[in-house]
Amino acid sequence: MGISLYEKVFNRHVVQKDENTYLLYIDRHLVHEVTSPQAFEGIRISNRNIWRKNSIIAVPDHNVPTTDRTVKIKDPISRIQVETLDKNCEEFDLLQFKMNDRRQGIVHVVGPEQGSTLPGMTIVCGDSHTSTHGAFGAIAMGIGTSEVEHVLTTQCLIVNKFKTMRVKVNGDLQYGVTAKDVALEIIGKIGTAGGTGHAIEFTGTSIQSLSMEGRMTLCNMAIEAGSRVGLIGVDDKTIEYIEDKPLAPKGDLWEKAKKDWVTLVSDEDARFDSEIEIDGSLIEPQVTWGTSPEMVVSITSKVPNPANFSDKTLSSSYQTALKYMNLKPETPINEISIDKVFIGSCTNSRIEDLRAAASIVGTKKIAKNIKLALVVPGSGLVKHQAEAEGLDKVFRNAGFEWREPGCSMCLAMNADKLEPGERCASTSNRNFEGRQGQGGRTHLVSPQMAAAAAIYGKFVDIREIN
Amino acid sequence: MSPLNIHKGIVIPLDRANVDTDAIIPKQFLKSIKKTGFGPNLFDEWRYLDHGEPGQDNSKRRTNPDFVLNIPRYKDGSILIARENFGCGSSREHAPWALLDFGIRVVIAPSFADIFYGNCFKNGILPITLDKITMDHIFTKVEKKIGYEITVNLQKQKIYYDSETVSFEVDSFKKSCLLDGLDDIGLTLKNKINIENFEKKYHESFPWLNGEES
Repeated sequence: MGISLYEKVFNRHVVQKDENTYLLYIDRHLVHEVTSPQAFEGIRISNRNIWRKNSIIAVPDHNVPTTDRTVKIKDPISRIQVETLDKNCEEFDLLQFKMNDRRQGIVHVVGPEQGSTLPGMTIVCGDSHTSTHGAFGAIAMGIGTSEVEHVLTTQCLIVNKFKTMRVKVNGDLQYGVTAKDVALEIIGKIGTAGGTGHAIEFTGTSIQSLSMEGRMTLCNMAIEAGSRVGLIGVDDKTIEYIEDKPLAPKGDLWEKAKKDWVTLVSDEDARFDSEIEIDGSLIEPQVTWGTSPEMVVSITSKVPNPANFSDKTLSSSYQTALKYMNLKPETPINEISIDKVFIGSCTNSRIEDLRAAASIVGTKKIAKNIKLALVVPGSGLVKHQAEAEGLDKVFRNAGFEWREPGCSMCLAMNADKLEPGERCASTSNRNFEGRQGQGGRTHLVSPQMAAAAAIYGKFVDIREIN
Repeated sequence: MSPLNIHKGIVIPLDRANVDTDAIIPKQFLKSIKKTGFGPNLFDEWRYLDHGEPGQDNSKRRTNPDFVLNIPRYKDGSILIARENFGCGSSREHAPWALLDFGIRVVIAPSFADIFYGNCFKNGILPITLDKITMDHIFTKVEKKIGYEITVNLQKQKIYYDSETVSFEVDSFKKSCLLDGLDDIGLTLKNKINIENFEKKYHESFPWLNGEES
């Protein structure tokens, strides 16, 4: 019996097993300003040491302003949090890309682009979207602050082994259908708790056809299907992406590493605890209509009618969601007009995302009813690359604002947020109540769909434009 | 961490599925660099009618009279019951910190999101998974009687309500940590030599992962 990719990576990190729990060795620890201060404080109080400093990369992303950074952060509480990370990194002598470093950005964009995310690694961060890094054939998962402290001081985590789920997506994706749509389709199918307790491996020809950026988008959203870990087997694209990245192995080590990495795929006869199959060729551009990522339909559909569902809990949560979203049952999705557009977040702010969005914008202008359309690159390096390609001009000429990198309006911890009642087409990952600002209404879409929504002022099927 | 074995308390019914950690503690309160003081902002956007910011005097805010935490019969509750997939979304440990700061020691639901579930144990909160039918039963009981209390016994893995008893499952390691209020970093560091030996061998096998490559 063969073994799955998850088990292969897991097994090589087991320090010891005690009953049902494993002490798992951690290769890479990414740190940001929101979930780390209490962990560093814990280390100071208990007078413990950091186990392996060179496993750690820190970067502020959640609180940083996306506007002029030559001035201090206006919000005093945000500023304290960013400054606390600076202080902790100085005191414990850790590598940090500070707010004004060119390499600063969203932690899940920065890790891979620096080559600090490698196949076969265990990667943790005090952030649920750490699953992103699974795109490289790594076990990457979000942890809480107590676990951040645990990894800082022991280089290990106490874990249970997850069950395994294989999501196979085969077929050619249609024009205009992206990794984001694949992710939303899967979440719509299995639900936001569908992957709970499981590590999801994504396989199939549709997945193979995705770029590394697309694979990161997909693994990023694994947590929205309830799965702490999403992962994809290593292939040529994985290795090509890593080559020559600043922290990637070089010379002999590179050759040795490559030999190991090509083995990081599930065996053909590997058994999974559950399996799902999806026909990739049937997936249409997706738009969420409610307050959970599973509340999603295709652009050609209508908002569902709660009256059509017999399950009481489901029907009542649909009603609550429609009320919050101020939508009537059976409204066609392409009749929903919007107020703001956000292109960014650890889901969709990489260079490929910006190129795709810009290709939809072209020489057009944003619609009159759009109060604000933001493009927030995932990192300083993404921003620089986009500017070198002239994408910033495309966006600016159309009426978009071109900002500095960070998490921004994905969770609105900085100044970028929705006002109560505003409706937003967003390339982020969560449409929870209040996520983008209290009373704000979020519709999750791909970068292309967000760009088109900005141009038309409402949702449109990108397969029917241009 | 404060240990927990037998806990008796008033039950607070939160009749919602997919309660996410953004709802449990909204993002503006994550800017604190402490672990305490989140209780007054637990479920902030459902609990108050106005917008909350850190450092505000919450006693002066307009409360939502319909929200369960504002209903007098539940205000001293310490056991929260809810529906499927409780604690989904962000990994923020501020969510259990806020629950604990409010006085919640036990959360019971048909299912929990993984990260939240683990975070509870690290902070002296016991999350218990019960099947939907039993949950429906408890919800009905709570609604019928003011000050409805149940007793949870972690050692025995049992919940007692009225004359009924139900059992629940819990991982043995998590259980023993919570029973004794153990610091699991201390426990792990007892294996320091094992970790060092493992690390040495591991980096011999995978030399590109020892962090010296740059």
